[in-house]
Amino acid sequence: MSINIPTSPPAGPGIALADDSAEIEGLVAKKIEGKSPWVLAWRRLRRDRAAMIALGGIIFIVALAVFAPVVAAITGHGNLQQFRTTGLDATGTPVGPNGTFWFGADDQGRDLLVRIAYGARVSLFVGVVATAVTVVGGTIIGLAAGYFGKIVDSILARFMDWLLAVPFLLFALSLFSVVQTHPIGPIKPGLPIVIVVLGFFGWASVGRLVRGQVLSIREKEYVEAARALGAGPWRIMFIDILPNLLAPLIVYSTLLIPVTIVGEATLSFLGVGVEPPTADWGQMIGSSSAIFLYGPWWYLVFPSAALLFTTLAFNLFGDGVRDAFDPRGALGI
Amino acid sequence: MARFLIRRTLQGLLVLWLMTLTVFAIFFLGPGPKFVARVLAGRQASQQTVALIAHRLHLDQPWYKQYWHFLVGLLHGNLGYDYYNNQPVLKVILSALPITLSLVFGAAILWLIMGLATGIVSAVRTRSIWDRTFTTTALFFYSMATFVLGLLFILIFYSFLTNHGIPIFAAPGSYTSFTTNPLTWAHDLILPWFTIALVSAATYTRLMRGSMLDVFGEDYIRTARSKGMTERRVIFRHNLRASLTPVVTQFGLDVGVLIGGAIITEQIFGLPGLGWTSLHAVAAQDLPLVMGVVIVASAGVIVANLLVDIGYAVLDPRVRLH
Repeated sequence: MSINIPTSPPAGPGIALADDSAEIEGLVAKKIEGKSPWVLAWRRLRRDRAAMIALGGIIFIVALAVFAPVVAAITGHGNLQQFRTTGLDATGTPVGPNGTFWFGADDQGRDLLVRIAYGARVSLFVGVVATAVTVVGGTIIGLAAGYFGKIVDSILARFMDWLLAVPFLLFALSLFSVVQTHPIGPIKPGLPIVIVVLGFFGWASVGRLVRGQVLSIREKEYVEAARALGAGPWRIMFIDILPNLLAPLIVYSTLLIPVTIVGEATLSFLGVGVEPPTADWGQMIGSSSAIFLYGPWWYLVFPSAALLFTTLAFNLFGDGVRDAFDPRGALGI
Repeated sequence: MARFLIRRTLQGLLVLWLMTLTVFAIFFLGPGPKFVARVLAGRQASQQTVALIAHRLHLDQPWYKQYWHFLVGLLHGNLGYDYYNNQPVLKVILSALPITLSLVFGAAILWLIMGLATGIVSAVRTRSIWDRTFTTTALFFYSMATFVLGLLFILIFYSFLTNHGIPIFAAPGSYTSFTTNPLTWAHDLILPWFTIALVSAATYTRLMRGSMLDVFGEDYIRTARSKGMTERRVIFRHNLRASLTPVVTQFGLDVGVLIGGAIITEQIFGLPGLGWTSLHAVAAQDLPLVMGVVIVASAGVIVANLLVDIGYAVLDPRVRLH
């Protein structure tokens, strides 16, 4: 998972210029007030047209997920309801997009549009929760490695070597069969194992980012001052150092969400994600791959479009967030 | 240099050893031994038959004895036999490897050409129409899941075109070895190549563009320009060499990971390479085969990382290996 993306140009030059001059005049007329870096970043983000369009796309997908039951009510088709007479034709082939099935039906005569709306719930939930797990885990370990150095740092480095060499998908598949026979506490097949696997294989990149930042921050005078005042390592790490990492962590998390969403879809595509009959985009694409060559192209195209739309929106928004928080590209994310 | 190589080889062996332990642990924690014996015995087999088969495959022994057995075999260059067809694992891997290597070789050339060319043009002509087109396209493919792109390729370029009387692309599942007919080999692999290449090239466009823009800000580029060097020479002799460093890292990692099998692409296009083999071996809990592929895959990543570090020293004279 490499998120190494150069800064892209902000919105059109003409518009940006007009905005700037207006702002400067406004500042001269009004009194000059100090603005926090957060306010400045938010202003920059607001002015980034591509990021705002992307944010609109994200809001649309979130609304689709939240109002999935409404979509079901409008079409009159339940999420898990099978329409063997109207959704399938005489030969058992799903029907294409028409007046009642707007996006067509799937191989069991269920409404694709309704299932795509419900599938958005799984994608967004895993995207956000697994990213949170990854970032929190990576931050704690990265803080410890950067602050304590020595043995903790070299264990982290060796572990990352090992993690880098692990064939991710194979281990995910094997772990899945392990928890199928022996659930480890709350870690069961379905969503829990997907989140655990994505977090386990994802935290190291966050850990490396945090470690690098901590190495330079811990030499700052205010950290020394805190130490001189008798602050313990935990206080220094979480109260003095962590707030400085929030901007890079926000940028990184935003760019990690689409990676996680694709990861979840890939696992479900291979049959180790959420368990049927729960609607899931990756799983829908997986089942479509067996039959789309025989005609039902909609079964492949619509879930694929939903997945692509979502990851594209998050990536575009993530680029904007990065440009807003880190305009000079100093973080190298 | 010699010390560097020895240290890295030992570290690599340590990682490989940990990897074999992990695979063993997962097999014995999971349904592994019972699953294999029951499947081999068949549905109606009695308890005795299942026990007999488990005994014949040494599956009834404690894990550390089996692990010892495996290690001794490995030191004699013997990866064991797969549970289901009793084939030497080495033979299975060697027959799958050429397919994966063909896939990686062609895809790597394609993504390097596409990624570097678009990245260089975008950096040299920043904010031009080309820059915008290339960065937007890169973001599009960067957001695309490999399995989505592969399946859409099959739908559009194979299914749609063939149904409309333009059968220019091979059906999924066709593979001809290079030695049989190089032209058919390339023809069969075009769609899988582009599937891997487009998704990967997007990263290289963004990486190369960012890296070149960074280097353009360096003092020595200003010096080169101010002494009257042509822009072409500044770009190709001074900038390119320095900006290739992050690209080399990424390339090493990507190729290293793919050597162990392009699991998704091989599965979608029905190519029985290492990825396909490993996917089916995991599903069947075929421990010796999984172990064999994991060793090859991990070794691929470790060697690729080593080559990347050596490549650094070649590209950047300031880097010393120690």
